Amino acid sequence: MTILATQQLVDFAYILAIALFILSLKWLSSPATARHGVLAGEIGAAVALVTTFFNPELVEFKWIFVGLLAGVIIGIPLGLVPITAVPQRTAMSHAFGALAASLIGISEYYVQTPHITKFGMIEIAMEVIIGSLSVTGSLIAAGKLQEILPQRPIVYKGQNIVSLTVLGSAVILALVLMFNPGLTVLFPIMVAVSLFFGFLLVMPIGGADMPTVISLLNSYVGLSAALLGFVLNSRVLVVAGALDGSSGFILSVIMCKAMNRSFTNVLFGAFGQLQVSAEKGKEERTVRSASPEEAAQIIGSSNSVIVVPGYGMAVAQAQHKVREMFDILTKKGIDMRFAIHPVAGRMPGHMNVLLAEADIPYDKLIDMETANSEMAQTDVALIIGANDVTNPAAKTDEGSPIYGMPIIEVDKARTAMVIKRSLNPGFAGIDNPLYYMEKTLMLFGDAKKFVSDVVHELSGGGGL
Amino acid sequence: MPAGFTESLYVFVLAGFLGFELIKRVSPLLHTPLMSLTNALDAIVVIAAIIICGRHESNLSTILGAIAVAAAFSNMIGGFLITDRMLRMFKLSGRKKQ
Repeated sequence: MTILATQQLVDFAYILAIALFILSLKWLSSPATARHGVLAGEIGAAVALVTTFFNPELVEFKWIFVGLLAGVIIGIPLGLVPITAVPQRTAMSHAFGALAASLIGISEYYVQTPHITKFGMIEIAMEVIIGSLSVTGSLIAAGKLQEILPQRPIVYKGQNIVSLTVLGSAVILALVLMFNPGLTVLFPIMVAVSLFFGFLLVMPIGGADMPTVISLLNSYVGLSAALLGFVLNSRVLVVAGALDGSSGFILSVIMCKAMNRSFTNVLFGAFGQLQVSAEKGKEERTVRSASPEEAAQIIGSSNSVIVVPGYGMAVAQAQHKVREMFDILTKKGIDMRFAIHPVAGRMPGHMNVLLAEADIPYDKLIDMETANSEMAQTDVALIIGANDVTNPAAKTDEGSPIYGMPIIEVDKARTAMVIKRSLNPGFAGIDNPLYYMEKTLMLFGDAKKFVSDVVHELSGGGGL
Repeated sequence: MPAGFTESLYVFVLAGFLGFELIKRVSPLLHTPLMSLTNALDAIVVIAAIIICGRHESNLSTILGAIAVAAAFSNMIGGFLITDRMLRMFKLSGRKKQ
């Protein structure tokens, strides 16, 4: 009777935790309440964690504490990484989440194994396949984001067939196990094949597609946690996994829409590999360039500036110099705002976080639609480290690989300035006609150095 | 079909729809913190890891469980920590307005 009562107490605590998790996500909807959301999540997690120790099944605590201690030792540094390292940290965290879910599934298989039902076997197999492929997939993504691995897509002939064959073998092994759960030797093979598939899945994907990939992996991790909830009959896991999974899924859809591409195209398209047919119009085109002094003069005498930041700004670490420019222009009464394309950077919301860290108020960050509706009244569009998201070919050139992708229409501003190291086509190798437009000024140089020089001119130099 | 499956499916479908409605409302400004927060919430699998580890069914399950506890708990701690750090940075241009 007391065991039953304890069990009920634990269940009630879990329900409370879930309610707090839901509130946590609800409060995250706006920056004003978002930190309450974190607190609600923390309380929910703490309640669930503490009550779990009352579970009467627990007989041995030593290794639990070893695990928790290791979690603290690894977790705190992972929570304190510099903000610039957030994309790779997020990928690592997907890997850890998937690892935990997979290991629990694997262990559950060995515990149940001689008496496992067909249905139970298939649940465990699905859970472990999705979990394992997310482990290696996330590790590869983290490696690419950390630039340990090349960011370029790595492709070879017949790649998709090889990848799908590997996934197919994992599924076949799962089916064999379903009918012969006693063939324990097959289980580790299935795990290994799934791990290998995760590697194959992410290796060919280029850095520019990371926002979608990292979101997709997020939804896989959530899905594996939810499936684990099915295996263990734990509703908390089902709910937490479903919330995480739907979050990752929505983000992936937003990212895909922002690139006008489908999931299959992102996963199997090897974007950035294409040697584009842009050779066609290779006549000599003229480019207008400007010095920091000239740029500062135009910016200093404008009324409104919209900055379009991209991954290049993050790489050059230019955001703090940009903030100095923001301060000076604001003091001069010039309106400076930031237009954030949904796929700018390496993960959803990447640019917002970088700019917030540089102390740019978030009401100065505007989305693509707002930016485009105001672009025609804007004096200067300043592009820092962004390329494809401003490429007018996406609207005009049906032959362009990015045709149809929504862009920030910087070509509508009175002057477009592009800070860029050279005229080399960007990462994706797609020619950008913006650079050859009459109203475009190319500002050649390192983003941080160039902005710094402009700031120097604006403050020290002539001023207005 | 094992007992509990239908209930789990029921909960899964409802939670999925709820998640969809909740996440849709999250400002794109906060998509990075959203991802780190959902990672931290997802780390609730730590409770399953604790049970697997502490039931002590076999040495293997205890060891796998302990590793899972470490992986999930580090996600929980690190996830909440970094989410809060990021959210603290989001400020309005309040000084000027008031």
